[in-house]
Amino acid sequence: MSELNVENRAGAVPYVARPRRAAAIDVVAAVVAFAILAALPFLFDSKALLDFVIRCAAFGLFATSLNLLVGYTGLISFGHGMFFGLGAYGFGLLMQRANVSIPVAMVCTLAITAVAAVVIGAICVRLKEIYFAFVTLAFQMLIHSVILSWQSLTGGDQGLRGGIKRPVFWGIDLTNHVQLYIFSCALLVIGLLLMRQIAQSPFGYTLRMIRDNATRASFIGINVWRAKLTVFVLAALFASAGGMIMSLFVSGAYPEFAYWTISGEGIFINMLGGVTTFLGPMVGTVILLILNDTATRLTEHYGLVLGIVILFFALGLRKGLMDFAVDWYRAWRDKAKEQS
Amino acid sequence: MLEVQHISKSFGGVKATDDVTLDFATGSLTAVIGPNGAGKSTFFNLITGALKPDSGRILLDGVDMAGRSPPDIVRHGIGRAFQVASIFPSLTVSETMLAAVGADQRRASVMHRRFPLAETRERADYVIELLGLANKRDRIASALSHGDQKLLDIALALVLEPKVLLLDEPTAGMGTEERWRMIEKVHELWVREKITVVFIEHDMDIVFKIALSIVVLCYGRILATGTPDEIRRNPAVIEAYLGTDEHAGAL
Repeated sequence: MSELNVENRAGAVPYVARPRRAAAIDVVAAVVAFAILAALPFLFDSKALLDFVIRCAAFGLFATSLNLLVGYTGLISFGHGMFFGLGAYGFGLLMQRANVSIPVAMVCTLAITAVAAVVIGAICVRLKEIYFAFVTLAFQMLIHSVILSWQSLTGGDQGLRGGIKRPVFWGIDLTNHVQLYIFSCALLVIGLLLMRQIAQSPFGYTLRMIRDNATRASFIGINVWRAKLTVFVLAALFASAGGMIMSLFVSGAYPEFAYWTISGEGIFINMLGGVTTFLGPMVGTVILLILNDTATRLTEHYGLVLGIVILFFALGLRKGLMDFAVDWYRAWRDKAKEQS
Repeated sequence: MLEVQHISKSFGGVKATDDVTLDFATGSLTAVIGPNGAGKSTFFNLITGALKPDSGRILLDGVDMAGRSPPDIVRHGIGRAFQVASIFPSLTVSETMLAAVGADQRRASVMHRRFPLAETRERADYVIELLGLANKRDRIASALSHGDQKLLDIALALVLEPKVLLLDEPTAGMGTEERWRMIEKVHELWVREKITVVFIEHDMDIVFKIALSIVVLCYGRILATGTPDEIRRNPAVIEAYLGTDEHAGAL
């Protein structure tokens, strides 16, 4: 990740001079994207397609939230998956045991995640890069072991079994597959829109300044520690939302959702898609899931295929796909400008 | 306005700053000189909060700054630029200035609005013009020349409207001609903005040309303070610091 040169980092594109218009464009893009996604079940009669998009929504929220830390703030967390796991387990347990409605369980899970992220973040964000990476990883392992060993609550290595009740709320019935699909898409689009707003707000530029030069940021009056903690907690909330979608999708929660490999996949998705554009992690998610599904179908050496792809991106392109596309587009545009 | 009283700082057994007491009057222009290792940068780091003094007080308009954090001290009105230009490499000149003004207006945590905020534009534009960076406002900072990066660093300090501006070697790493252009710029800023400026400088021609008063540091202690004429005639200074042949010429 440190290989990235500075001109190629998230937010390097000069800001849009008319911020209100930029915000309006984002909202329109989100509405259009949601409309297209919502139309899919009526155009294609494929449960597999809907399943794929639901998984994209879960992992896309998770990976994009990780990019708020990695790409925008320069905080490379190897334990971000713990909040994905926390979201899945928190929501699953509340639905199984607390007999609450889905929106209440979601809000409560977000609250639990926020408390956990404040405590863990307060310990981690003061640490320098490599220590931050390792201590976040340590917390991930801790949460995973708690899930494995607290069998009476979590079901240990079997996960939350017996399914999750999905009582109808606001006329939405999530036992219906199409409704679950549209609900997931709505969460994805709203989550992305909120994260986009954070990234393009004055706070988003505070994060970029901290990434570029934290010392200088503190000498223009920015409380670096507080800003890092804030983004750590915000990113955790979106990761938790991803975990909740996953929990609804599989109707339970499994220890793998909280295992460190989820964090690793998040980092991998960011490498695939690229961290310099907002939608890079979304593209990375789609690539990884397609790769995952085809590779596991064709060969048992899934890890080997993945490893080769990582090497190709890390050593060959030296950047993510969206970074590559943006560079290519810029070169093309500059050339076109020269000719005219 | 800025009064430094008996501050000391040691690293291991070495006294980098040893019982320094100084007054910087409002609107003064002071050069800090001294041989390498005299404690000039340490002195700046103590005033700006990068280091905490072991003892002593740093009073800005009567309020003690000693031991406070850098953001806190900046907010009280002590801004600084660095010896090696300290900038945000991936942001453009405009973005840098707009974000800095936003931070100064305590809007660094605003999330419900888009960057840049309308109320930050006027001051950001003013400082960009003031430092002559207007035609480079959309350049990414890492692509600027060394001199422009130094200017951007100073702009970052200036845009916060400090009462006191500390410049750690504004001409470091520049050729002769560029040095003079930079120092003229600093002088112009001092005249136009009417702020208290303290700068570290190695070039004696520059120091004696523009400084109104001079502080000479040596081994962490004050060797002499005074007007350029007084410093020029001070026997201790001549012996300890300016006594070598190459510097005697400058006197």
